[in-house]
Amino acid sequence: MSNQRTNFGSFQSYQKGSIEIINDDPKAYVFSNVFEVANMSKPYEKVAVAMNLQYVIETLRTEGDSSWFTASHDEFVVCMDGELEIHLVKLDNHESIAPEDKEGSIMLDSEPVGKKMGRIVLKHGHQALLPKGAAYKFSNSGKIGVAVLQTIKGDHTVEKWSDICYS
Amino acid sequence: MNSSNVKQSKPHSISGYKSFDLGSFSFRRDDYFVHVSWTANNTKMSHIISADAFLRALMRDVAWGFFYGTVNFDNVFGTTNRYGSVEMFAGTYNKDLQSQNLDLLEVFDTPIILATFKSILEDWTNEGFDPFAAPAETGQKWIGQKNGSNIEAISRQRQVSQRQPGVPGDIEVRTDENGYKQNRAFADVSQSTPEIYAEPGFEEEVNAFNLFAFLSRSDVTWNPSVTSVCKESLFCPTTEEYILPIAHGNDRAEWFFQMSDQIDWAIQNDATGQPRAKVIMKAGDIAAMPADCRHTGYSPKRSMLLVWENANPELPGWYADGKLPMSPVQF
Repeated sequence: MSNQRTNFGSFQSYQKGSIEIINDDPKAYVFSNVFEVANMSKPYEKVAVAMNLQYVIETLRTEGDSSWFTASHDEFVVCMDGELEIHLVKLDNHESIAPEDKEGSIMLDSEPVGKKMGRIVLKHGHQALLPKGAAYKFSNSGKIGVAVLQTIKGDHTVEKWSDICYS
Repeated sequence: MNSSNVKQSKPHSISGYKSFDLGSFSFRRDDYFVHVSWTANNTKMSHIISADAFLRALMRDVAWGFFYGTVNFDNVFGTTNRYGSVEMFAGTYNKDLQSQNLDLLEVFDTPIILATFKSILEDWTNEGFDPFAAPAETGQKWIGQKNGSNIEAISRQRQVSQRQPGVPGDIEVRTDENGYKQNRAFADVSQSTPEIYAEPGFEEEVNAFNLFAFLSRSDVTWNPSVTSVCKESLFCPTTEEYILPIAHGNDRAEWFFQMSDQIDWAIQNDATGQPRAKVIMKAGDIAAMPADCRHTGYSPKRSMLLVWENANPELPGWYADGKLPMSPVQF
């Protein structure tokens, strides 16, 4: 059994599953594939692939540099393919940019003002905390990668369910 | 509530197993089978389940604290969590038994049913049988007369992170040293760690870990942990192999993100058990399980599944009142 190979899929190579309908509507399953979604996305476009009321999982095509973001709550990113560098800055004026009642990722208009917290380099399967109070930016100068973001629906969440899901 | 309050017999003179009563239900096991008995419509009814299947389902019901919604052991017997109390039923969600008024549903305070289920699990799980393990990892020790116990295996606590494993004050990442060996089916999964370059003073605030390595070291199947928390949004990854021992009936929509390999899901009508669809999920696929379905997964090899839950306690009521559509996205 130890010679089993784990199949993860990637931006370049994935196989999307399927739905066999017996007595149902395929739309009920809101079925997509994060690698396929990344293939049809712009860099760092925050495409919702799962939503449960206000909560979302977004797929990111990680390519080049993203804008700076922050949030009024913790967010989490999982690197599904490629390498992803995260730069973190402790914002001096976090509450004015991301008040408690504002949910989801908030894009900064300019470079963040505050102390550098550090940086993290994620590889395949790694997960990072994007802590409340911090601004973050993603960078990937290598091959195109894919990440998923656990967050809340915000101003920059893109919903295009008809384009990505079985119907 | 402790085991001394549980209604149980002395060990059977031949099988060695105790029998148990809870409300109007009776439970007994023999070498191969579990027998559940009840009376409905003045008719004595009984239902038979293979003992290994019953123990695997019972293990999840206990470990998950009756989970979200309904835990169908099979198409006759199960429980529904009412969060403070638990409904136990036989035939209620089986259209043939229900239509003949041969079903029974009784409600118990959670501590009472939990103590009873734990006592059954302790007594009926033989030494060498691990109901959390994949069949290839635990063998046939569940068969036969009572032969010891396996308290260590059935007492595992599922790991629940407050923010993320490895964050100061939170649960630890899994290592050889804390007892989590890399599973034989995930021997090829990289154990690399993220590169973390924290500036002075921010060492405790810059955090990352290897989620796939964490999962490769899971010592259980079909038992989600919690590895990240965004308010009520919980990432609950788990490793799956063989068959989900229950059919989970949702009381809210949930989502599955297939992180590796493949699981085939058989989807049924929650109220009747009639087939609705088969959802075949491969690595990278993400799909919703509607709030009015029950589902059973089949994983041909050990795979990584992220179960995504919304823990808002108001959700069951909102769905029951028709305030929310059964599928979480309308398009």
